[in-house]
Amino acid sequence: MTSLQSRKERSSTDAAPRLKPKRNIRYTLRKSVIPHTLLIALGIVFLFPFAWLISTSLKTPDEIFKIPPDFIPSEPQWQNYTNALEAIPFMRYVGNTLIICAVNIVGQLLSAPLVAYSIAKIPWRGRNVIFMIIVATMILPPQVTMIPVYIIFSKLGWVNTYLPLTIGSFFGSAFFIFLLRQFFLGIPNELSEAARIDGANELRIYGQIMMPLLKPPLATIVLFTFVSSWTDFLGPLIYLNDAEKWTITVGLQGFLQDHGAQWELLMAAAAIFTIPMVVLYFFGQKFFMKAGSTMTGFK
Amino acid sequence: MSSQAARARPAAQARRKFTAREKRYVLLGLAFASPWIIGFIAFTVYPFFGSLYYSFTEYDLFQSPKWVGLENYRNVIHDESFYKSLKNTFFMAFIAVPIGLVSSLCIALLLNMKVRGIAFYRTVYYLPAVIPAVAGAMLWSWLLNPEYGLIDIGLRALHLPDPAWLTDPRFTKPSLILMGLWGSGAGALIYLAALHGIPQQYYEAAAMDGANWRHRFMYITLPALSPVTLFQLIMGLIGAFQIFTESFILMGGAAGGPDQSMLFYAVNLYQQAFVFLKMGYASALAWILFVIVMLITVFVFKTSARWVYYGGE
Repeated sequence: MTSLQSRKERSSTDAAPRLKPKRNIRYTLRKSVIPHTLLIALGIVFLFPFAWLISTSLKTPDEIFKIPPDFIPSEPQWQNYTNALEAIPFMRYVGNTLIICAVNIVGQLLSAPLVAYSIAKIPWRGRNVIFMIIVATMILPPQVTMIPVYIIFSKLGWVNTYLPLTIGSFFGSAFFIFLLRQFFLGIPNELSEAARIDGANELRIYGQIMMPLLKPPLATIVLFTFVSSWTDFLGPLIYLNDAEKWTITVGLQGFLQDHGAQWELLMAAAAIFTIPMVVLYFFGQKFFMKAGSTMTGFK
Repeated sequence: MSSQAARARPAAQARRKFTAREKRYVLLGLAFASPWIIGFIAFTVYPFFGSLYYSFTEYDLFQSPKWVGLENYRNVIHDESFYKSLKNTFFMAFIAVPIGLVSSLCIALLLNMKVRGIAFYRTVYYLPAVIPAVAGAMLWSWLLNPEYGLIDIGLRALHLPDPAWLTDPRFTKPSLILMGLWGSGAGALIYLAALHGIPQQYYEAAAMDGANWRHRFMYITLPALSPVTLFQLIMGLIGAFQIFTESFILMGGAAGGPDQSMLFYAVNLYQQAFVFLKMGYASALAWILFVIVMLITVFVFKTSARWVYYGGE
C-alpha cells in the first residue's frame, strides 16, 4: 500500500497509476516520450541561435552568404577569433571593463552588507522606514535621476573617467541590500545578542560573526556586480567619450557600425564577449536562481 | 481623553527608560546605514528634485540653465516623436510583456513535468537569459537579416512570407518580441519556483472531486501563481519603459529605426539629452515618464485585488 501510494505521488498528479501491462505503453508514452519530445524540441529552438553564433564565427565570408547555408563550416576559420581581437582594441576594452567590474565589486562588498546589517540586525527606530525607501527606489525608473546625475558628474569634471561608472557602488545598491537583509533575517538574533552581552562592539559582531555567515549571498553579489558591470551599455555610452577608454559593450557597438557586414568577425567578437557570462552561469547557477527566488519572496 | 493620557504615561516612562540604549542603537543604525543614506541623498533625492527643476529650464550644459516655465511641457505635448515613442513603448508594455509572461508560464509548466533530466533542460532554457543584451542584439540582427538570416531562409524554405524584420517598420517590434521570447527562460524559472511551492494536496483534493486538468489549471495553478504574475507584470511594465540597448544595437545606433518604429521612451529621452543636449526638455520627459510609470503601477496594484490571491500561509 505504501509503495503504491508513493509511486502514485511520484508519477502523476492525476488519476490512479496504470499498472496493467496493456496500458504500460501508453503510460510511458504519456509520461516520458511526449514530455521528452516537447522538451527536446523546444531545447533545440533555444540552443539553435547559439549554435548559429558559433557556426557563423567559424566561416569564411563566402560561406556566410551561401544559400542554402551550411551548418558546419567546411574548414573552421579559427583565425576569425584572432582577427576579431585585432580588428578592434579588444584586449584594451576587456582591461577597461575589468577595472570597472573590480572596483564595483569592492564597492558593493564594502557598503551593501553594512547597510543590510543596520536594517536587519540593529534594533533601531527608523530602520523600517529606511527599508521601505530602499524598496521604493528599486522601482524608480533610472531615467528620472539620470540627467541631474550626469550634470553633477560633468560639473565635477568626471565625465570621460570611470568615476561615474563606479562611485555609485560604494553607496550600496538597493537590490543587494534587499537580498542581504532577507539573508540576515534568517540568522537568529540570539547570536548577535549573546555577543553584545559579552561586550563585543557592533563592528566586531558584524565583522567576526556575521561576515563569515554571509559567504553565499556575498558570492551572489560578486557575481551579479560582475555581470552588470560587464554588460552595462548605457552608462559607458553616456560617460566615456575617448575610444581608448571604452568598455567592451561600447567597443562592440562601434565595431558593429564600422564592420557592418563582416558577420564572421562580429559573431566571433560577440562570442568572446559572451563566453565569460556562460562560464559564470555554469559555475554559479545556484546563485543566479537563489537571487531570483529571493526577489519574488517579498510581497 | 483621560484614559488616553493614562495609557500614554506608561509608554512615555518606558520610552524614557530605554532612551540611552535606544539612542545608542539609533546612532549605530544610522552609522551602518550611512553609505546608503549619503548615496540616496546625493544620487536619488537631489537628482529627483533636480530634474523637476531642470524640466522648467532650458539647459545645454554650457550656458547656465534659463527658466522657461512650462514651455518644455508645452513642447512635449506638440512633439510628434514623444507620441511616437509613447506608442511604441505602450506596444511593448501591453503586448510584448503579456506575450512574454504567457511564454514564461508555458515553459515553466513544461519544466514542471516530472521527467528525468529536468535539471538539464532547465539549464538550457535559462541559457539565453544570460547572454548580454549587446551580444544578443548583435546575434539577432544577423539571424533576422532579410537576405542571409537564418529565420528568413527557413521561412522561405517553408514557402512562408519572409519579412524584412529590421528594416520594415511593421516588423521591427515583432523582432524585439521574438528576441524577448528567446530570453523568456528567466521568467520561467521564477514561475517554476512558484509552481514548486503550490501544495500538492490542492491537486489531490481537486482530483478527488473529479476536476480535469483544465479545471485544475484554471482554479488552482493560475490563482496560486497570481502573486508572481503580478510581480513579473510590474517588473515587465517598468522594464518596457527602459528598453534601450536592444533598440540601439539592432538599429545600428541610428536611434529610432525605420519610420521611428523603434523609438522607445528611453531612446527618445537619451537622444534629447545626450545627442541634442536639451537637458531641460529631456528632464520634462523624465518627469512625464515618472508620472506614467507611477500611474500604471498604482493602477495594476489597485486592480490586482481582483485577480491576485495570496495563500493563507
